[in-house]
Amino acid sequence: MRIGVFICHCGSNIAGTVDCAKVAAIARSWPDVVYAVDPMYTCAEPGQAAIEAAIHEHKLDGVVVASCSPRMHEPTFRRTVERAGLNRYMFEMANIREHVSWIGKDMEANTNKAAELVRLAVEKLRHDVPLTAKQFDVTKRVLVIGGGVAGIQAALDCAEGGVPVVLVEREATIGGKMAKLDKTFPTVDCSACILGPKMVDVAQHPNITLYACAEVEEVSGYVGNFTVKIRKRATYVDWNKCTGCGACTEKCPSKKTPDAFNEATGTTTAITIAFPQAIPKKAVINPQYCRQLTKGKCGVCAKICPTGAIMYDMQDEIVTEEVGSIVAATGYDLMDWTVYKEYGGGTYPDVITSLQYERLMSASGPTGGHIVRPSDGREPKNIVFVQCVGSRDKSVGRPYCSGFCCMYTAKQAILTKDHIPDSQSYVFYMDIRAPGKMYDEFTRRAMEEYGTEYIRGRVSHIYPDGNGRLTVMGVDTLLGRQVEIKADLVVLAVGIEASRGAPQLAEKLRISYDNHGFFMESHVKLKPVETNTAGVFLAGVCQGAKDIPASVAQGSAAAAKVLGLFAKDKLESDPQIAQVDIQRCVACGKCLRCCPFGAIKGTEFRGEPKVQVIETVCQGCGLCTSTCPQGAIQLQHSTDNQILAEVNALCQC
Amino acid sequence: MNVAYYPGCSAKGSSKDYEISTQAVCRALNITLEEIPGWNCCGSTPAHAVDTELSAALCARNLDIAASQGAKLLLTPCPSCLSNLRAASQRMEKPEFRQRVNELLDTPAAETFPEVLSVMQGIAMQLDKENLALRVKKTLKGLRLAAYYGCLMSRPADRMRFEDPENPQLMEDLLTACGAEMVDFPLKTACCGAAFGIPERAMTARNSGRILELAARLDVDAVITACPLCQMNLDLRQTQAGRALNTRFHMPVVYFTQMLGLALGLPRKQLGLNKLAVSADKLLGKLDDPRLADAEGGQQS
Amino acid sequence: MNDHIDLNRLRDPSFIAAVEAQSGQNVSTCYQCGNCTAGCPAGFAYDMPVSQIMRGVQLGLRDSVLHSRSIWMCLSCSTCSQRCPNNIDVAAVMETLRHMARKAGYVTVPKMEKFWLSFLNTVRLFGRSHEIGTMALYMMRSLRVFTDVDLAPTAIAKGKLGLLPHIPPGGAKPVARIFQRYKERARREGVRP
Repeated sequence: MRIGVFICHCGSNIAGTVDCAKVAAIARSWPDVVYAVDPMYTCAEPGQAAIEAAIHEHKLDGVVVASCSPRMHEPTFRRTVERAGLNRYMFEMANIREHVSWIGKDMEANTNKAAELVRLAVEKLRHDVPLTAKQFDVTKRVLVIGGGVAGIQAALDCAEGGVPVVLVEREATIGGKMAKLDKTFPTVDCSACILGPKMVDVAQHPNITLYACAEVEEVSGYVGNFTVKIRKRATYVDWNKCTGCGACTEKCPSKKTPDAFNEATGTTTAITIAFPQAIPKKAVINPQYCRQLTKGKCGVCAKICPTGAIMYDMQDEIVTEEVGSIVAATGYDLMDWTVYKEYGGGTYPDVITSLQYERLMSASGPTGGHIVRPSDGREPKNIVFVQCVGSRDKSVGRPYCSGFCCMYTAKQAILTKDHIPDSQSYVFYMDIRAPGKMYDEFTRRAMEEYGTEYIRGRVSHIYPDGNGRLTVMGVDTLLGRQVEIKADLVVLAVGIEASRGAPQLAEKLRISYDNHGFFMESHVKLKPVETNTAGVFLAGVCQGAKDIPASVAQGSAAAAKVLGLFAKDKLESDPQIAQVDIQRCVACGKCLRCCPFGAIKGTEFRGEPKVQVIETVCQGCGLCTSTCPQGAIQLQHSTDNQILAEVNALCQC
Repeated sequence: MNVAYYPGCSAKGSSKDYEISTQAVCRALNITLEEIPGWNCCGSTPAHAVDTELSAALCARNLDIAASQGAKLLLTPCPSCLSNLRAASQRMEKPEFRQRVNELLDTPAAETFPEVLSVMQGIAMQLDKENLALRVKKTLKGLRLAAYYGCLMSRPADRMRFEDPENPQLMEDLLTACGAEMVDFPLKTACCGAAFGIPERAMTARNSGRILELAARLDVDAVITACPLCQMNLDLRQTQAGRALNTRFHMPVVYFTQMLGLALGLPRKQLGLNKLAVSADKLLGKLDDPRLADAEGGQQS
Repeated sequence: MNDHIDLNRLRDPSFIAAVEAQSGQNVSTCYQCGNCTAGCPAGFAYDMPVSQIMRGVQLGLRDSVLHSRSIWMCLSCSTCSQRCPNNIDVAAVMETLRHMARKAGYVTVPKMEKFWLSFLNTVRLFGRSHEIGTMALYMMRSLRVFTDVDLAPTAIAKGKLGLLPHIPPGGAKPVARIFQRYKERARREGVRP
């Protein structure tokens, strides 16, 4: 075999602490290595051209590049060697940047370690054989999980691109958090007015199938061929018959049902349509409050319904959908701020969340858009906004910034002045984070044109003063003085957390999530909507805090990824997967049980039971190869022989 | 229940009423308090303000005696003593600190000390709300009270491990079981000004004033305390606190043990109610009001 | 008075390290939200709010921090520690600073130290604290003769002021020995006891 070795300087990234020329010189002494050099930037165009030239000139039949992580450039160099006529799997990579130069400063030790890693790669390459990828068909349908603005955008863009979409929404209506907002920053345009048309488009688009009141139950398969089971929760209303006329909601006697859409600022009926612009505009019964379902007598809605849609005996239903790609857009929830006992822990009616305040300001809210105190219905004059409640607070396990609270607080302060001209708003803040287009100007407007008093500092204590108002004990750190405000209403800018159940969904999708339940993107800068599971993409706040424009952008980005994926009629599978030596297999079934992907199935060979790897499903993780007591399963390009060759090479040094 | 008992110095002086009512209530509830023989001052705030090791040494001597008597549990009525004793126990888990403290003692302290809890926790351990309610002879129904824990009982949280540090409920639970109406008192863990009454009177007057002001506005019959220093600041220094806020308060400040004693029907002489600077007569009168007794609906004797 | 702070000259990194080591707190995690100051019941008597004390420690401004009045006026109520979003035991930092100031001989509010030492003297003498004794010693040390005389009649009438100290059975000697060893060790180590 004739092997060429390229020890990359990566500018000074590697050469700063590794003697690359020396590593190349050492490499020349190894068996089969006929050529070794140390280029400045191997991944750059001249670097790749040099590899191609060397392959031709020195008749190389295998190449090792020692540079960065294979996650970064392995695909690049595989294409390079392929262009020069080699099989793309006759290539190995040694990571001497992340694993060597970036983590140690000792030049001599680094050089030795780099040489050892290159030696391993050479030994592996000496045992490599050419591999060929298999091709398989793609189901050109996409599942979008979550019908907030990010999911809506992803669904519409995919649908417009000609891809059938299955949109699954847990709540009774799509629209997500944005549907609950009164106005949006920094333009102060009506949230429902700009989101409403998109929601209607979802309902009317021939390419979109919407499941509301539904959740993803189970996901199997792989990129191009996922099978998804969806649980449609019982709504106790046959939506095929329900026309959304609302007659039932007017007559329902159970009127003390907490109104989830209105963030519990008001009550609703046990059978309800979330809000007038709901999509789908269908009635849903809340089984915890329905008299028929809890006490067995009532039946008013069934009597009143003109289409006979009420079904008290409805059960959950599981539907199965085949899709080729999945977009997760599950959004967020507010953190449970009641842990702040110093703010009353939720026991003071006039201390509310900013999302509740949105409902109070909204014309479709419980007060018809009049800002009043929940305790006594009076109009508040002194309103205190407290930012970072459950954001940037390690003591409650929420160390991160929720990103958009600074902006909506400024918006709420501006709107408060519009609603109640003789009111005074105060905003307690730590830092104002307003880096978006026209954002900083917007917060300045709140201060300069609307007279909002911004006070730099946190609030230590909020409590009723015994005279119907709230005492707010804070600080103005710029003055270095304690401040006290008597407030009629306190609005807490409560921080966000990953949507309820996000980690469980991540496990179903086999994608990673961080300590706080936010889904992990594949690369924080360069692959922001991809995940480490091929075919699964992210959009919106499920990946981390972001505002509406950023969520919409990510929705479109995820859709572009889906459309790009579906642009190919066939996908290639990675041939570096497990392979069964049918002679040695004794059909003990251990591999079958340990495979996390369900990629091994039973088969028969000359009347004997055996196992077989499903090539498109196997992810090449290697669990089965280390589990097989017979050594009958080998992972292509990580065979036992290759690993032993590496060990031998390393141990003789 | 037999437990070691550390009364604290104020029990022999400014909080005799707390001490005698604690003794009376514990006796009535079959909690036998075994006073640590030859106990000394825990050093209070001055000791830890000056030096942590000195403070721990003064505490360790008491803990050591209790340990040598075989005590597993030590109760003290005073939150300041409780805080110092618990701090000493906690800090002496570090060998270096233990070594430094042992150098100050006659003989090295025992390796393990008894768990130190407040008398309030001890009472709650002895009988739960339901059982306490069964023991009530004279209901506190008709009384509107504010529970005031002071700052030390629940803070620092990891040292004291006393309920929710911002919103403890133990005193409310006990007194609700006795029939009283407990208001939500948001300043229940605010600081009264502590030991600054002597060197910095304005501090204590202002802080105590805010507490009394809110209690008065909530129209309670009394503020119920569990701390000798808080009680002194709110009661004996009430005129000073009123002056600081340009007002006059008439707010009885009563130990929770005195209220429990009343509810358990103990003789009032045993509860030291006559020692309060702000008279509790109005409160007692309310308790004795036959109209209220009628309103009890025959629930109690 | 308010000339610029020459950070090259006044910043003392060893001070930051010493405060962190003695208090067990990482002061660099403080992001100056001011919550400690917001809830401080002693804040009105401070010359530097507690959040600025924390800032001074972060910058290593040893002298201005150790000479502050605030570290003597802290009530040790731990409200600051309870509500710190970064889990800093701010009260422990304040106490550490007070200890450091005392040991270095900086006593910005002498009456506080006089009160504490008066109290501890009664403990040393009697084994238990004694209110009238503390008062008498404090009046002598601080020359504040009329402190709290307005309270005495009520306190005496209610039997709340024991005129005689309460000495534990077995005497106060063991406690006196603790103080004795403490003083001797402080002298050996060259710090103010």
